Amino acid sequence: MSVSNMVQAINDALRIAMRSDQRVVVLGEDVGKVGGVFRVTAGLQEEFGEERVIDTPLSENGIVGGAIGMALYGILPVVEIQFADFIWPAYDQIVNELAKYRYRSGGEYSAKIVIRTPVGGGIRGGHYHSQHPEAAFIGVPGLKVVIPSNPYDAKGLLLASIRDPDPVIFLEPKRIYRAAKGEVPEGDYLVPLESANVVRPGRHVTVLAYGAMLYEALDAANKASEKGVDAEIIDLRTLWPLDINTVLESVKRTGRLVVVHEAPRTNGFGAELVTLITERCFFNLEAPPVRVTGFDTPFPYTLEMEYLPLSHRILPAILSVARS
Amino acid sequence: MSSAQSRRPGEGPPDAVVSVLRDDGTLDPAHDPGLSDEDVRTLYRALVQTRQLDERFVQLQRQGRIGFHVGSLGEEAAILGSAWAMRKNDWLFPCYREFGAALMRGLPLQTLCDNMFGNANDTVKGRQMPCHYTCRAVGWASISSPVGTQITHAVGTAWAAKIRREDSASLVYFGDGATSSSDFHSGLNFAGVFRLPVVFLCRNNGWAISVPVERQSATRTFAEKAVAYGIPGVRVDGNDLFAVVSVTQKALERGIRGEGPTLIEAITYRMGGHSTSDDPNRYRETEAVEAWAGRDPIERVRRYLETRGAWSDAEQARLTADIDQRFRDAVAIAEKTPLPALETMFEDVYAKVPWHLAEQRAELVAGPRPGVSHG
Repeated sequence: MSVSNMVQAINDALRIAMRSDQRVVVLGEDVGKVGGVFRVTAGLQEEFGEERVIDTPLSENGIVGGAIGMALYGILPVVEIQFADFIWPAYDQIVNELAKYRYRSGGEYSAKIVIRTPVGGGIRGGHYHSQHPEAAFIGVPGLKVVIPSNPYDAKGLLLASIRDPDPVIFLEPKRIYRAAKGEVPEGDYLVPLESANVVRPGRHVTVLAYGAMLYEALDAANKASEKGVDAEIIDLRTLWPLDINTVLESVKRTGRLVVVHEAPRTNGFGAELVTLITERCFFNLEAPPVRVTGFDTPFPYTLEMEYLPLSHRILPAILSVARS
Repeated sequence: MSSAQSRRPGEGPPDAVVSVLRDDGTLDPAHDPGLSDEDVRTLYRALVQTRQLDERFVQLQRQGRIGFHVGSLGEEAAILGSAWAMRKNDWLFPCYREFGAALMRGLPLQTLCDNMFGNANDTVKGRQMPCHYTCRAVGWASISSPVGTQITHAVGTAWAAKIRREDSASLVYFGDGATSSSDFHSGLNFAGVFRLPVVFLCRNNGWAISVPVERQSATRTFAEKAVAYGIPGVRVDGNDLFAVVSVTQKALERGIRGEGPTLIEAITYRMGGHSTSDDPNRYRETEAVEAWAGRDPIERVRRYLETRGAWSDAEQARLTADIDQRFRDAVAIAEKTPLPALETMFEDVYAKVPWHLAEQRAELVAGPRPGVSHG
């Protein structure tokens, strides 16, 4: 055990995956010599060479399309898209090709790729270094969407994502890349996909969160407890397919629900979560569910801390849902 | 059309078009690919089969028995000649107009017909339109309808082979319209940078549905786009089987030697509509089509064989009768085969069926059936 941050834990997972499976290659913009703009792939090219840790031309559709071809051949590409904001040139490849390849070939082929990409705001990145576009991938049949909130999960979930047979969009909350620290075992281990984690048990209200906003939810829960409200915080970890049982068990017990995410509210993942839960336990609910989210605007630069659903906005939501 | 050597950046006349098969049925020795008479007879049979099946599939569509067909009328030599040049261990990435090449590589006719009917035996389980089949056994990738997206996949398999130091190259088919796509740019750029064994086969058939080549690009040729990627671009008479085989072989050999990719512009003409959903009389003059009729790629090969005494009317009659018989047999089976089971809709989305799909599957199976027929 040693204390690592998220960047180190993900780097560790990539190194273990590449050592244990010759098929794994890493490709993307700046991932080689410089080790990525966030240094997540630092040192990998030195250890594994330029043919397995590949600096590519600056073209997201070229990177993902090329990786699909590699996967058809039998290589296992772990792609880095430098910021999720830049993923859209590859969206056609992801939606029409990657996600459908097994289905449309009747299972003759599959295109197994992991796409890692940093998401989220709070780093003074403006529109184009801050977006949190999970909903655009959750709605695509064939994709799995994973997001860790701490170094232990980051390592175990990435290894599980690489070894899972399906394509995975692996979102990395960049605001806590270095801020989230924790004990990380040195060896190889998996955190199973589709397993949500109850990080703070509570009796009065269920709060669903993920990524960087998990810490805001926890902070709000601690403040709520000072006011006599005991919130249960669930870190979803795999957004899709969702660990529905853990979520339903909690909401049926508390009867109250708050969903937190950075992305804009309308058509955000919160809409799906609230619907899924309401359809299944409407009669257990004691209060209308509440979403605490980013606003339906482009992500702002100067006012980003006003935009983000931080603790100061989650706390009143917890209190009002718990007391209504 | 003039004979010329394959053009590399900065070399040779820019508009030169490689041709081999002369009007008198003889071959220009400068680019003669050295096919034996038996090779040419095999290719000729495949050309005739492609043309004949195209006609039959269109008839099936017009009779309402299949939903769609996208054919290769007039482009058969560009498609089959290039596929012929590739080896068993190479990958082929089709656009969607190349069923003739898939059959030549070993796709069973029954499998193709099952796909045309989208039945339970369709390898893609009725999930895609007709002409969107898959055949891994013959190195044939899966087909999607978006234009150009397969170009980067072909780069990826060649890239993987290079990483693994294995002897495998890729050939990717696309039309003139696809040269406007971002995947064309990315594919050629990546293949150039990493010097990958890819043959980019652009069938310049004059049209992207209703839009003529002048509206795709301001360049005089499509081959010259190769210059921008630092790779050779070659123009070839796409209605000249021998020339297509020759330039594809050279491009493949170049890739195998580690010298990187080649862009081939096969100049041909789409003699039919874009697909059975298209009526080309709405946007083009019949004179343009007639001008190309005199350069029919199949008749040119037949003249060559006849000149050498290697083909007869009797053989032709046997061939067409045999193709029709095999087609009728395959269609009879395909048409009788039931539709895919409802449950198959939920398979292969993920490796294992997750809870939400299991739930939806149960909902579908237990629910009401639509009041309209399938297909």
